[in-house]
Amino acid sequence: MKIIVCVKQVPDTSEVRIDPKTNTLIREGVPSIINPDDMNAIEAALAMKDANPGSEVTLVCMGPPQADVALREGLAMGCDKAILITDRVFGGSDTWATSNIIASALVEMEYDVIFCGRQAIDGDTAQVGPQIAECLDLPQVSYVADIKQNGDTLTVQRNLEDGYQIIEVKMPCLLTCIKELNEPRYPSMGGIMDAYQQEVEHWTNEKLQIDASLIGLKSSPTKVNRTFTPPAKEPGILVPDADVEEIAKVYKDLKSKHYL
Amino acid sequence: MNTKLNIHELVPIDVNDYKDVWVLAEQRAGVIMPNVLELLNEGRKLADDLEVDLVAVIAGGSVKSQSETLIHHGADKVIVIESPLLEEYTTDAYTKVLYDAILKYKPEIILIGATAIGRDLGPRLASRLNTGLTADCTKLEIDKEKRQIRQTRPAFGGNLMATIITPDNRPQMSTVRPGVFLKALEKPERTGEVIMEKPELKASDIRTTVKQVVKHTKKIVDLPSAQIIVSGGRGLGNAEGFKLIEEFAEVAGGVVGASRAAVDSGWISQDHQVGQTGTSVRPTIYFACGISGAIQHLAGMQESDCIVAINKNADAPIMRIADYAVVGDLYKLIPMFIEEFKKDPDNKNN
Ligand SMILES: Cc1cc2nc3c(=O)[nH]c(=O)nc-3n(C[C@H](O)[C@H](O)[C@H](O)COP(=O)(O)OP(=O)(O)OC[C@H]3O[C@@H](n4cnc5c(N)ncnc54)[C@H](O)[C@@H]3O)c2cc1C
Ligand SMILES: Nc1ncnc2c1ncn2[C@@H]1O[C@H](COP(=O)(O)O)[C@@H](O)[C@H]1O
Repeated sequence: MKIIVCVKQVPDTSEVRIDPKTNTLIREGVPSIINPDDMNAIEAALAMKDANPGSEVTLVCMGPPQADVALREGLAMGCDKAILITDRVFGGSDTWATSNIIASALVEMEYDVIFCGRQAIDGDTAQVGPQIAECLDLPQVSYVADIKQNGDTLTVQRNLEDGYQIIEVKMPCLLTCIKELNEPRYPSMGGIMDAYQQEVEHWTNEKLQIDASLIGLKSSPTKVNRTFTPPAKEPGILVPDADVEEIAKVYKDLKSKHYL
Repeated sequence: MNTKLNIHELVPIDVNDYKDVWVLAEQRAGVIMPNVLELLNEGRKLADDLEVDLVAVIAGGSVKSQSETLIHHGADKVIVIESPLLEEYTTDAYTKVLYDAILKYKPEIILIGATAIGRDLGPRLASRLNTGLTADCTKLEIDKEKRQIRQTRPAFGGNLMATIITPDNRPQMSTVRPGVFLKALEKPERTGEVIMEKPELKASDIRTTVKQVVKHTKKIVDLPSAQIIVSGGRGLGNAEGFKLIEEFAEVAGGVVGASRAAVDSGWISQDHQVGQTGTSVRPTIYFACGISGAIQHLAGMQESDCIVAINKNADAPIMRIADYAVVGDLYKLIPMFIEEFKKDPDNKNN
């Protein structure tokens, strides 16, 4: 089987801090990681490869040259090939443009399944997976929490807020993975050594030849009009060394303000 | 352009050809989801600002009966798209029928709930329409002059807010985070028009088969509509700690919430999780017990009317957004709160 995983390199948002003086995002020193859901996508791909010997797992990432590191981490986990889609003209793409670009690369490749993460933690949109599926005219299943394979048919569990659906879909198809799907494996020592020997292919727009109307900041339908950090709230009432009396006071206060 | 790609040709559009605000009324088993009332409330304001109609669009197997509710909550018109093939949600079927309806009626704005279904359908539709989609919005405003919707949403796990516009493409589409906006009030005197659409849909258009739909059988944790929430975090120290939280919630007449750390520790099930990857809530009062207030947790609860934090660390981030920052050991303090509730003659939960 030919299996593709779309991975994004993202800043570790749990390390992002706000500068209390300037009220702006401190990005310096924030480590870059493989997007957490994409780790589950990689694991799903590798599990499928394990079950179907002779399969090949290819990682695809769109991003700046530094994203090379993320791809090598994926290779170290056991993926076979890695492609970095990288070109200045792709910069500033929104999800519509991003999926046009990634799909333009995927259409050049062979695949039975494409795995994506559900959402990337920098933008939290969860849009790129379904939009790639649309550009490739593939059926999609999002929020995948379990996968069973029977020949060219996959039976997957799709989680909803109040339960789940069991869905059958024929390959080729695109699945977006959530944390509940699996436990990503650790790279082996040998895998890490090998990953740095392997070649990461760089695909630019010279190769892909995507029309300018489909890519980049200018062609993206959505525009960021303004960014700001959430305004700080008025300080509340501090109750240090709380005791029975203090709690009784808080309780009375809450009642008089009709919160209780 | 690579002809193998399924991208519709980009045709220049005239934004003035598009009018009305649409709300996609998501239903499960024929009944609209509670967040649709939030969309109607917001959609009503947008439509009034633009002086256009608010249209609710509902697709499903047999859903016409929901029209009245939609009209009573603010819709001027309801477009009903019924087919046996729409009984269960599938991406292919719903994308196709809604795409066709959008091409026919040309709405200028479409609001979709940022639910598991809305976030599956929305991107697929937007891509097919070659238009923008802003995910998980928490604030919507109209720029009347430009007839644009300004969509504000959190990014970087809530560390940054971004306001996004879709200036040149139509419709302008947003998914809207459930639990952030207030619900529309019912006005039984409201009247409106119901339009039946006959969709063009064949079984072969649908490439996924829904084999089974399983509802969680245990009592669902109704965090979104709870007025009082008592949440526990890692500060509880162990699963036993949730017994105290449950006792607290019971006497307060509230629902039990949790931080992700508590859920990940296996102390309580995922459906209690509040936050970015859990449920967004907006209760009258939120008790955060032993929760540090990581940005991802705050993202889901900071709209609460009143926040009471109980934490032994006065410098925990939750204390900065709390209306009452109660410093101390929760095992000592929660029983005191419980006692207050118990001796209150007005408390209906005693
Ligand atoms: C992509 C992503 C998504 C996430 N989504 C969510 C989400 O949806 N919801 C969510 O909650 N988190 C989410 N998180 C996790 C989040 O970053 C935090 O790790 C988590 O919220 C911490 O939970 P906590 O506050 O319970 O634990 P901790 O951060 O460990 O805090 C425990 C607190 O308890 C206090 N404490 C300890 N003992 C006592 C005591 N005896 N009495 C009183 N106080 C005590 C401590 O002072 C501390 O402040 C997400 C993270 C990522 C990366
Ligand atoms: N630049 C990118 N390169 C590769 N895959 C991506 C990229 N952006 C998004 N994806 C994939 O799409 C998923 C959803 O991303 P998003 O829509 O940004 O939340 C991610 O988990 C990835 O699998």
